[in-house]
Amino acid sequence: MEELFGGFSLGLFFWQAVLFLALVFLLRKFAWKPILDSVSSREEGIKDALEAAENAKKEMENLQADNEKLLKEARAEREAMLKEARDIKNKMIEDAKEEANEAAAKLMAQAQATIETEKKAAISELKSQVANLSIEIAEKVVRDELSNKAKQVKLVESMLGEATLN
Amino acid sequence: MRKKIAFKPITLLLLLITFVSFGKEDKQHGEPEGDLRGEIKEYIQHHLLDSYDFGLYSYTTEAGEHKYVGFPLPVILWDNGLKVFSSSKFHHGETVAEAGGSYYKQHHGKIYKVDGPNGAIIEDDHHHATNEKPLDFSITKNVVLIAMVFAIMFFMFSRMAKSYKKNNGMPKGMGRFLEPIVLYVRDEIAIPNIGEKKYKKYMSYLLTVFFFVWIVNLFGLTPIGMNVTNNIAVTLCLALITYLITTFSGNKNYWKHIFWMPGVPVPMKIILAPIELLGTFIKPFALMIRLYANITAGHVVLMSIIGMMFIFNNWLGSSLSFLLAFVLGILELLVAALQAYIFTVLSALYFGMAVEDHDHH
Repeated sequence: MEELFGGFSLGLFFWQAVLFLALVFLLRKFAWKPILDSVSSREEGIKDALEAAENAKKEMENLQADNEKLLKEARAEREAMLKEARDIKNKMIEDAKEEANEAAAKLMAQAQATIETEKKAAISELKSQVANLSIEIAEKVVRDELSNKAKQVKLVESMLGEATLN
Repeated sequence: MRKKIAFKPITLLLLLITFVSFGKEDKQHGEPEGDLRGEIKEYIQHHLLDSYDFGLYSYTTEAGEHKYVGFPLPVILWDNGLKVFSSSKFHHGETVAEAGGSYYKQHHGKIYKVDGPNGAIIEDDHHHATNEKPLDFSITKNVVLIAMVFAIMFFMFSRMAKSYKKNNGMPKGMGRFLEPIVLYVRDEIAIPNIGEKKYKKYMSYLLTVFFFVWIVNLFGLTPIGMNVTNNIAVTLCLALITYLITTFSGNKNYWKHIFWMPGVPVPMKIILAPIELLGTFIKPFALMIRLYANITAGHVVLMSIIGMMFIFNNWLGSSLSFLLAFVLGILELLVAALQAYIFTVLSALYFGMAVEDHDHH
């Protein structure tokens, strides 16, 4: 121990202290501070850049999700529109059919009615024709009958007989 | 990255080659083995001491004269007034230097005042000099190295900081290599030990101390043969700063855990208080000793094994020593970084203890 401190030199201690402290302060001002500052700002920059990249990635994912959603919605809408169109079409066809049926039924009814009236008219005409014919025939027959006296009496008699009976 | 890795083995090789060339000088001189052993021992001891001149290497000429290659450094003394003179006046500790009417002489790496131009160091029974010691603020070899590391670190890291500005917050060149280490200190040392919220204000100290200790330790492994962290003054200074930061950033909980430990009976509280208080001093003390002892031990062992090469003086022993020195050199490179890491982690741990909120208790 004695030898250890026997070697102690105050001068060397003094110079070491002066030079070392000066070195610490000089290096702090001209080296350590700028170096550590640049390193930490660089590290900060890298961290920020990584974060920004991460955010961008997330945003992209969100966008993609949005797109997916929009696409889905569009698809659903298209589906709905198509369905509606189909429904409208079906309804139109249905309506058209119904209308056509109605029109046909109406026409038929009209036709039937016309036929009925025509038939009635024809029948009544036929009836009158038949009556006329019958009268003509009866006239001719009567004319024939009346040409003969005997026959005329006979007829009157029969007719009278009939009328009395009634 | 690859440049840095390549740099280390080259340093190590240079280290070994330098010592080998030292050996050659000694061999040519052809000294007896006992002397060689003593010389190596002395050399190691000399290496572990601080010195007043910046010696790159020394050798002994054929005539037995010691030659030193290097340059002198200023000696600054406070002895009834400031005295500044060149360390060349000492002639590598061999002569007495005169400055402002006073005379000084070196003894075991320290400067003592002597009476006159021929004055001598008077030793007591324990071989301690009894002469007066002036206050010594000399720019020694270690101070020069600390200043060099200061300059290198300032250059490196201010350039790195500038490269961030130029490149929109991206490092360039050296910064590419240094940034992971800076981030390692932040993410693995500061944040886990201090906490996400409070680590920021300690980062300057932790980063500086980590790189300072590491670079200084690496310099200790270069052939220039400098070793800053095996001076107790240096490690004491660093540990003291850690201690002061810890003490001044200690919050209410920290002091409460020292003086009035919650959750234990009152008698235990009274016993624990002095122990805990002592603990606050022991922690930085251990920091100081750990760094000092690891680096000193590493240097002594490495240099001893290198020295063994010349003592064995045969192809088997010397090459084995060389191999051992090589492996140990690599280990020392690891130790250099490891000690810097340990010092920083423990400092961060103490800061963390000082600022911890005990909400979860």
